[in-house]
Amino acid sequence: MALKLNQSEFEIHRDEQKCISCQVCVRQCSNDVHEYDEDNESIISDNIKCVGCQRCETLCPTGAIRIKQRESEFKYNYNWSPGHLKNIYKQAETGGVILTGMGSDKPYTIYWDHILFNASQVTNPSIDPLREPMEIKTFIGRKPDKIDLYKSSGKNMKNPVFLTNLGPQLEAEIPVLFSAMSYGSISLNAVKSISRAAYEFGTFYNTGEGGLHKDLKKYSESTIVQVASGRFGVDKDYLNSGAAIEIKIGQGAKPGIGGHLPGEKVNYEVSTTRMIPEGADAISPAPHHDIYSIEDLAQLISALKEATEYKKPVGVKVSAVHNIAPIASGIVRAGADFISIDGFRGGTGAAPQVIRDNVGIPIELALASVDIRLREEGIRHNISLLVAGSIRSSSDVIKAIALGADAVYIGTAALLALGCHLCQKCYTSKCNWGIATQDPYLTKRLNPEIGARRLYNLLTAWAHEIKEMLGGAGINAIESLRGNREHLRGIGLSEKELSILGIKHAGEAW
Amino acid sequence: MNLNLKYKSGYRVPSGCAVFGVINESGRVFNGEMVINAISMMHDRSNGLGGGFAAYGIYPEFKDYYALHLFFDDSLARKETEVFFQKVFKIKYAEDIETGKNNNIKNPPIIARYFVVPKNIITVSEELKELDINNESDYKSAEEEFMARFVTDFNYGSNNAFIISSGKNMGVFKGVGYPEDIGHFYKLDNYKGYLWTSHGRFPTNSTGWWGGAHPFGFLNWSVVHNGEISSYGTNKRFVNDYGYKCSFSTDTEVLTYLFDLLVRKHNISIYLINYILASPLWSDIELFPEEIRDIFKTLRIIYSRALVNGPFSIIVGNQDYMYALNDRIKLRPLVAAKNKDYSFVSSEESSIRKVCPSPDRVWFPDGGEPVLFLLNKKGKKPEIEHSPVEYLNEYFSSNMCKDKQKVV
Repeated sequence: MALKLNQSEFEIHRDEQKCISCQVCVRQCSNDVHEYDEDNESIISDNIKCVGCQRCETLCPTGAIRIKQRESEFKYNYNWSPGHLKNIYKQAETGGVILTGMGSDKPYTIYWDHILFNASQVTNPSIDPLREPMEIKTFIGRKPDKIDLYKSSGKNMKNPVFLTNLGPQLEAEIPVLFSAMSYGSISLNAVKSISRAAYEFGTFYNTGEGGLHKDLKKYSESTIVQVASGRFGVDKDYLNSGAAIEIKIGQGAKPGIGGHLPGEKVNYEVSTTRMIPEGADAISPAPHHDIYSIEDLAQLISALKEATEYKKPVGVKVSAVHNIAPIASGIVRAGADFISIDGFRGGTGAAPQVIRDNVGIPIELALASVDIRLREEGIRHNISLLVAGSIRSSSDVIKAIALGADAVYIGTAALLALGCHLCQKCYTSKCNWGIATQDPYLTKRLNPEIGARRLYNLLTAWAHEIKEMLGGAGINAIESLRGNREHLRGIGLSEKELSILGIKHAGEAW
Repeated sequence: MNLNLKYKSGYRVPSGCAVFGVINESGRVFNGEMVINAISMMHDRSNGLGGGFAAYGIYPEFKDYYALHLFFDDSLARKETEVFFQKVFKIKYAEDIETGKNNNIKNPPIIARYFVVPKNIITVSEELKELDINNESDYKSAEEEFMARFVTDFNYGSNNAFIISSGKNMGVFKGVGYPEDIGHFYKLDNYKGYLWTSHGRFPTNSTGWWGGAHPFGFLNWSVVHNGEISSYGTNKRFVNDYGYKCSFSTDTEVLTYLFDLLVRKHNISIYLINYILASPLWSDIELFPEEIRDIFKTLRIIYSRALVNGPFSIIVGNQDYMYALNDRIKLRPLVAAKNKDYSFVSSEESSIRKVCPSPDRVWFPDGGEPVLFLLNKKGKKPEIEHSPVEYLNEYFSSNMCKDKQKVV
């Protein structure tokens, strides 16, 4: 059958006058797009193999290469997009599930882009964060309803005793944490960059289900260790190594399904960190097989707290699904200290495309409804709410906090800072940027010192921007923005959307 | 039909303002002339869309009864309310609040006061049944809680009648107009109190309505406030979570509920309140003595949503004290003065000098630094002893920054 299986997605334009045949592109491309033709002393490129990661274009010393999106050769059809056609051809050929990487790129409404933030005028002075104090420190953990009176043990208050036991808290210098990305799905150099940046900035990163590599133990006070359905790398030592524990129930990009790290990625280092045999597939089951209900979750939470002597906050990560509000309520009642909710645009190293693009709900709506539901039940203030699933900029952070989040997780944004160009081919393990691969030839391209500095810079820049926006609104502490939806207005949203988000439309006054 | 009450709406009306407060710490009573005189000096700080007064010690003959001041839209609303009150309260005495004619005061509502105590609160309120009432003091606090809920529910559910004052031996007198006109309208020279606060309003939105004027009265609390709270949404959520319903759409209402929640319900010493409402910066807390650093850190973490952000200066009245506070970076004016047993706080020094030309001491409190003037009643003095604040004060006064964190 002569089907158009070979239609390339990209076109590689090489300016032959500029090209000096230095072969940088040949060496850089792990997809073998470029090939040096010794007879002609020129380079030939194969469009079909190109994934559009732009590594060659970025590194070409003479600027001779341009990668362009190729216009479709398929006859235009609004209903049957080239994507549908290609997937059907591929599946007819192979009988397989179509895999993809990173978050969904489908044109669903991005609510962040339909929300506007406020600023002060006249009645309320705006504050200049470069000259006035501006606080964005955030505490994550369970909070009591009220403080109990202190009592002194002596007349002169030398040893005041405080009756309220606050419980363990994570103290973050910025309400931005690095999302769970396992060692295995990303390279050790990528994890090193992220963990070091978190440590130096005073925030946290998350191990994902990849275990904790021995080289990263020095950053343990900035580490959230994850316990996922595969339980990779989990032992008492691991649990006690982190500052907090997160039980992963679901991931925004693939709610309801597990994970699969192919055996070829499980090299010696990955195998020792995950505590599995070298070369063995690492399969995370869809559910935790010891959690089939909310009471089972409560048991795991308390088991983890017992194992860490109640010194670490224990959180639960779930993906944003239709019923997220009551699920979150159940999680609070199961004893979690924080909840992480991952929206459907969240990234992944590998997921079936059909799941990634069709399952779950946007984080903005999930956050708003969870926040309202927990408040209605009078338990919102007891726990911290972390949200993830495509936080792209400091303005997304501000909007998330005003909608009611305590802090956000960033994953994709962090990888972008490390050089990722969103080619969405993470699952091939051929990442030319040295991020989503275990190939030593590729991973050495990512220098963890430079990577950490770039991430540190990103956080610094966002911190500045968050402070500018806060100051503009006349607020000098981030906690005064938390859940302060009065500072948000919707634009181009329906009544229903506004009511779910709990905000007024632009143009409406207080 | 009185349109002035019709402005109750979902809109919040931020406003600029003049505030003034005076207390005689010995408890000697004096009439409202002085406070009218003082607030009139700051005429230009208000725009005629709201003025008011709170006075303590004015109803000694009914001091055991809740003095409810009400605004009614019309006589029907009044009749309905009175029928309802009969069911809930034992009404000791009721009357119209006497007002004089003043050309600058237009369309006043019907204004009346009722001296009441709730009938058996247990039979009236289902919710209070769960309370464990063993002795008189339990009953007293349950009764206060009943009144608190009654007043918020009443105002929340009403469009034509509002309880604007609900304390004992105190009252709020307010309306739309300049404060000096309001003062004369209510004939405040006929009342004698030991503590007076006053407010002249400059709403940044044209709606001025009688219920939205200040002081805001709630139980024994009265709050006058100059400022616009940027953390309004967060603070409102916070008090909502603890059962307070906001119906007046003003920043002042939320501030009042914050005081009621923290001081009355959570039993937090008034000496600690500024560490919540205008909390020290994290970097300042790091400088606190190690032994008590965690106390202040915990306080801020638990009550982070009660931090009041944005410009404000407030004067809070209570049967026992007058308390004033600025936002933590002092974005609104506040000046305090003391002359013998009279103590003053005001937006401007001029108004203090008007009524007390040469006070013993005049000072400008720092941002976040509270001013507390206590009524010297035996056994009534709130305890500062054994508090971390005392420890903190000692620490700072014996260390480099002598004037820092000093409670007056």
